[in-house]
Amino acid sequence: MRALLWRDLRLAVRAGGGFGLSLAFFLIVCTLVPFGVGAGGGQLSRIAPGILWVGALLACLLSLDRIFALDHEDGSLDLLATAPLPLEGVVAIKALAHWLVTGLPLVVFSPLLGVLLHLPDAAQIWLVLSLLIGTPALSMLGAFGAAITVGLRRGGLLMSLLVLPLYVPTLIFGAEMVRRGAIGLDVTTPLVFLAGITLATLALVPFAAAAALRVNLR
Amino acid sequence: MIELGKYAQTVLSAYGISLALLAAIIWQTLRANARARRELEEHESRG
Amino acid sequence: MSIWEYANPVKFLRTSGTVLPWIVAGAALCTIGGLVWGFLTPDDYRQGSTVKIVFLHVPAALMAINAWLMMLVASLIWLIRRHHVSALAAKAAAPVGAVMTLIALITGAIWGQPMWGTWWEWDPRLTSFLVLFLFYLGYMALWEAIEDPDSAADLTGLLCLVGSVFALLSRYAVNFWNQGLHQGASLSVAPGERMSAIYRYPLYLSMLGFFLLFLALVLIRTRTEIRRRRLAALLAREHRA
Repeated sequence: MRALLWRDLRLAVRAGGGFGLSLAFFLIVCTLVPFGVGAGGGQLSRIAPGILWVGALLACLLSLDRIFALDHEDGSLDLLATAPLPLEGVVAIKALAHWLVTGLPLVVFSPLLGVLLHLPDAAQIWLVLSLLIGTPALSMLGAFGAAITVGLRRGGLLMSLLVLPLYVPTLIFGAEMVRRGAIGLDVTTPLVFLAGITLATLALVPFAAAAALRVNLR
Repeated sequence: MIELGKYAQTVLSAYGISLALLAAIIWQTLRANARARRELEEHESRG
Repeated sequence: MSIWEYANPVKFLRTSGTVLPWIVAGAALCTIGGLVWGFLTPDDYRQGSTVKIVFLHVPAALMAINAWLMMLVASLIWLIRRHHVSALAAKAAAPVGAVMTLIALITGAIWGQPMWGTWWEWDPRLTSFLVLFLFYLGYMALWEAIEDPDSAADLTGLLCLVGSVFALLSRYAVNFWNQGLHQGASLSVAPGERMSAIYRYPLYLSMLGFFLLFLALVLIRTRTEIRRRRLAALLAREHRA
């Protein structure tokens, strides 16, 4: 398992795609929004939690189709399926690798973008925390979407249509948590819900994703 | 004609759009069904 | 004799063929009857004549949710027992459910304009119906995209399972996210808040009509899918010979 994780990470770093690209995308989204809505007044700081969360979500979506597509093309996915490692484990490792390459950099750099969008200082810690808790669920659900569409020639667009509605609960609780943190309210409720969704997703979705992979490899 | 009052447009457009949508799905269903039946029959009588 | 006998496509075609005329007749009778009766009800003292929209809105919303439930059950039957008719029935229900969702959304918007002063409000019920509509779109798009019918049935079935969980989660998440304008259940059993009888009976009739209409459409569409599948199988066999 560790070998697979290392292999995926090395491939991602060497290809250069994952790391920089989705982070740059996140940065661009957060730069464009002030142009669109105007930077005056307290407006920006009020909508900052939402922009940051939607930006993170889109940045995450961008690299999803790479989770399985390359391995499917060169046949290594078939090898992984016949390996002693259960396919559920493969899915979980792949999602973890995706999270380390895209989710974690987003978490680390999000305070910087928070400053850019006038996010109140009190909310910074909640922004980092909510992204840290929420983004693993995004990667795992993304792996499910990628597993369903892996055999399709033009699956990328379809996958967005399938995956984005699944992101709704995570987005709501994540953004709500930052919003409450920003105006000094208690964040326990959204925090607990967000963590619950992530844990349930991590526990159950690998089985669905592995089943989808088995269908596609048949 | 019954009196709809000042909301006549609201009520009529709601009924109009809904019935049009229902008609569209019914029409599409029937057409697809007739087509599938015809093609299958043609094929079976030929083969 | 058990319900699983209808998993045989020929048996399904024969039986559904005999009951279909009755269901169609019932659907036409109840839907038209319920809507006309509803159209002739007197105005509500607060809502004026817009109260008549309820006879479209509530049955459509009811069937929008029940269609998804039916797809969930049919997908489960397919994934567990591999009956093809079940997978095809799930496929057949999706467009009908999507149209019902759309009707509920549109009638709601038209009603909301004079009543709430806005076409659209980010209210929990409205928002979760929009999310439900997105789920329908994704489900149908996935059916269209996959060529091999059995893989398509498997993958859409999985999507339906995962989607159901998340649709339900979204339903409660949006509740938390925004307190709504939408009134509570129209047919609540609690005394004091239920609708008066002049509206309730036409509404029941209209709901029955929409249910029968949904049933008739799904049966016809399932029959279409079975015939298409059979034609494809025949063509494939000829191609090989």
